[in-house]
Amino acid sequence: MIPELGHFALALAVVIAAAQAVLPLIGAARRDAALMASAPSLAFGQFLALALAFGALLWSSVVSDFSVYNIAENSQSLKPLLYKITGVWGDHEGSILLWCLILALCGAAVGAFGRALPAAVRARVIGVLGATSAGFVLFSLTVSNPFVRLWPPPWEGQGMNPLLEDPGLAFHPPILYAGYVGFSIPFAFALAALIEGRVDAAWGRWVRPWALAAWAFLTGGIALGSWWSYYVLGWGGYWFWDPVENASLLPWLAGTALVHSAIVVEKRDALKIWTVLLAIGTFSLSLCGTFLVRSGILNSVHAFANDPARGVFILVLLALVIGTALALFAWRAPRLLPTGIFAPLSREGALVLNNILLCSIAAVVFTGTTYPLFAQLLAGAQISVGAPFFNAAVLPLAIPLFVVMVIGPMLSWKRAALAPALIRLWWVALAALAVGVFATFHTAIFPALGFAASVWLILGAFVDIIARIRLFRLPLATSLARLGGIPLAAWGGAIAHAGMGITVAGIAGMAIAEHRIVAIAAGETVDLGGYRWTLEDLRDAPGPNYSARLADIRVTRDGRVIAVMSPGRRSYPLQRTTTTETAIRTNLLRDLYAVLGEERDGKAVLRLHVNYLAPWIWLGALVMAAGGGLSLADRRLRIGAPLRRAAAPVVAA
Amino acid sequence: MIRALVLLIFLAVPLAAAFAISDPAEMLPDPKAEARAEAIGRQLRCLVCQNESIEDSGADLARDLRHIVRQHVAAGETNKEIIAWMVARYGDFVRLRPPFEPLTWLLWASPALALVAGAVIVAFALREKRPPPAPLSAAEQRKLKDVLKS
Repeated sequence: MIPELGHFALALAVVIAAAQAVLPLIGAARRDAALMASAPSLAFGQFLALALAFGALLWSSVVSDFSVYNIAENSQSLKPLLYKITGVWGDHEGSILLWCLILALCGAAVGAFGRALPAAVRARVIGVLGATSAGFVLFSLTVSNPFVRLWPPPWEGQGMNPLLEDPGLAFHPPILYAGYVGFSIPFAFALAALIEGRVDAAWGRWVRPWALAAWAFLTGGIALGSWWSYYVLGWGGYWFWDPVENASLLPWLAGTALVHSAIVVEKRDALKIWTVLLAIGTFSLSLCGTFLVRSGILNSVHAFANDPARGVFILVLLALVIGTALALFAWRAPRLLPTGIFAPLSREGALVLNNILLCSIAAVVFTGTTYPLFAQLLAGAQISVGAPFFNAAVLPLAIPLFVVMVIGPMLSWKRAALAPALIRLWWVALAALAVGVFATFHTAIFPALGFAASVWLILGAFVDIIARIRLFRLPLATSLARLGGIPLAAWGGAIAHAGMGITVAGIAGMAIAEHRIVAIAAGETVDLGGYRWTLEDLRDAPGPNYSARLADIRVTRDGRVIAVMSPGRRSYPLQRTTTTETAIRTNLLRDLYAVLGEERDGKAVLRLHVNYLAPWIWLGALVMAAGGGLSLADRRLRIGAPLRRAAAPVVAA
Repeated sequence: MIRALVLLIFLAVPLAAAFAISDPAEMLPDPKAEARAEAIGRQLRCLVCQNESIEDSGADLARDLRHIVRQHVAAGETNKEIIAWMVARYGDFVRLRPPFEPLTWLLWASPALALVAGAVIVAFALREKRPPPAPLSAAEQRKLKDVLKS
């Protein structure tokens, strides 16, 4: 009964989404206030229907209703409750439903927080979101239905992939999707502006908070995924340039560019056409990333043919959404007249350069990810493009980006001089150089470059704030008092840039990580990274739906016990899989990282790592996301802050 | 595993069989030679895996290839010779860093091409004529006159 209710709610959502796609847009075209006013209610309705459907699926999973095909395939009664809940979005059908739910939430959010928007803009934005939603909910209802029944129901489900039974991965999808789908709002604003034929500073002011929120979520989602692969896969790596990772990186790069170019639209009423294109591009990359890349088409064309109905539906849907948006852009963008003049050397100029570099990195990642596919289709050649290529191709673009990231915020709007900015940065450059030179004596050239870059980024991020409070030029107390007067958006920007520096430091630290693979018996000892690792014991430990083998390792330094860690191996009988359980002990400056391998003749194979600054990679991402959130909290950025009302009296006077 | 891959289409993480740990018995005794073998191995693709180097993969083939690389390193061959040997046997597919050849010119040129494209777009945008600012309204004209007079 409950699954049928969910099924019905899903069908209802399609109908409401279709109405949401049509009525507000007609209303906005005819200036019909009643039709336009229907937009928020329809968005709320669609969200409620999908929430009901999602709730029904959640219920079926929690009570282990194996008469639902999807639950029988992916769950089992012994699974802990947490994973029964999070398992709902651990499979294809459930994750599409979650995706649709978040998209509906975006529409409802515009309905709820967009009261200050002009009625026509709000109606068009919600209408575009409704049209997008209708396609994807229809996809869920027809070819990816999570509520399909199974008769007779089996006694026990097939069980979830054990790799997913992990808290990190459980919360990775919702946060990642919030980022991916969040970019649908700037996309909808871009289409609304194209339909209306007008983009102004107010538009930039409306779009930026939404883009910023989506960006912060995407940053967090990618970081969570990277952290997960670090501690679960047990390779000691954190980023593999895998197509699926690249697919999440692409919208992040475009979204970062969007967040920056929207500042120029808002503050200087320039770069409007470009920003509209970026908003369309970012969401298009989100769609391609999630739906095309994970479908396996990049790894093998044949994987796509496993389920032709789904594949063709998704291809047509993507072509429709992205094609319509780009066609609308080609048709209407020429009507958006370029305004806002600035010298090449100015804050705007630096932001343009930042956009070029970010988009170039995105282009390289895109080319590298899709190249094997095209080489195979067009030339019949089999080639691989892996980590060595991406590292070599992205680095030359990342370095100038880091340079611009620090100098750009020092420049003034409209027209700037380079010399004063550079003079204010001399001590930052000196510090970075000193660290870089010091590091070259101890490490290879690339890690040294990374450490120098991170010092440059972290210190450079706060130079502008130091200048604003006139530190050391005014009495200290006065300077500190001035800290309160700095707008939150400025803090947000500085903190986000510093976060990038922290991540770069972590990446550089990982480049000098040490590791050792040994086979030792209990009681034996090895040395690595100045630590003494002793294998104390090998033992069995039972679990709820698995059995585990653990190795107890004692790590000492100069006779002092630093850590006791127990890496293990779990085998899940139902799924017939084994997973490694990495043991990690961190003090934020380095991770001690141990993985247990096979055992032979009483000796256990251990892979031991000392990963310097490893936690900084994800800490930096968290700081970046927090910077975005802080910027979002700035009162001046509140959605719908009335720009036109402020301008009106001046004209009247 | 195929089923898992098809089902889990929405996570931004590589879901490979997480069992990539080498056997120390297959490693070279000399740490320098072993480091060199590992650096070579990172450039070589495990042919039956998705985007994994032979150093990262737990597949049997990767284990064999690791062993072959180490034999060649122990025989004193240079990195280039070993990779060339691998390419002769398995084709360019085995190289995670594709060679620079006509087929991959576009790939290797992509950073430069992207930058050039960006510069061209900016150049066109700068040349585009901007509409002249709107003429002053009568009220603004009066105000300007007042300002100029005083």
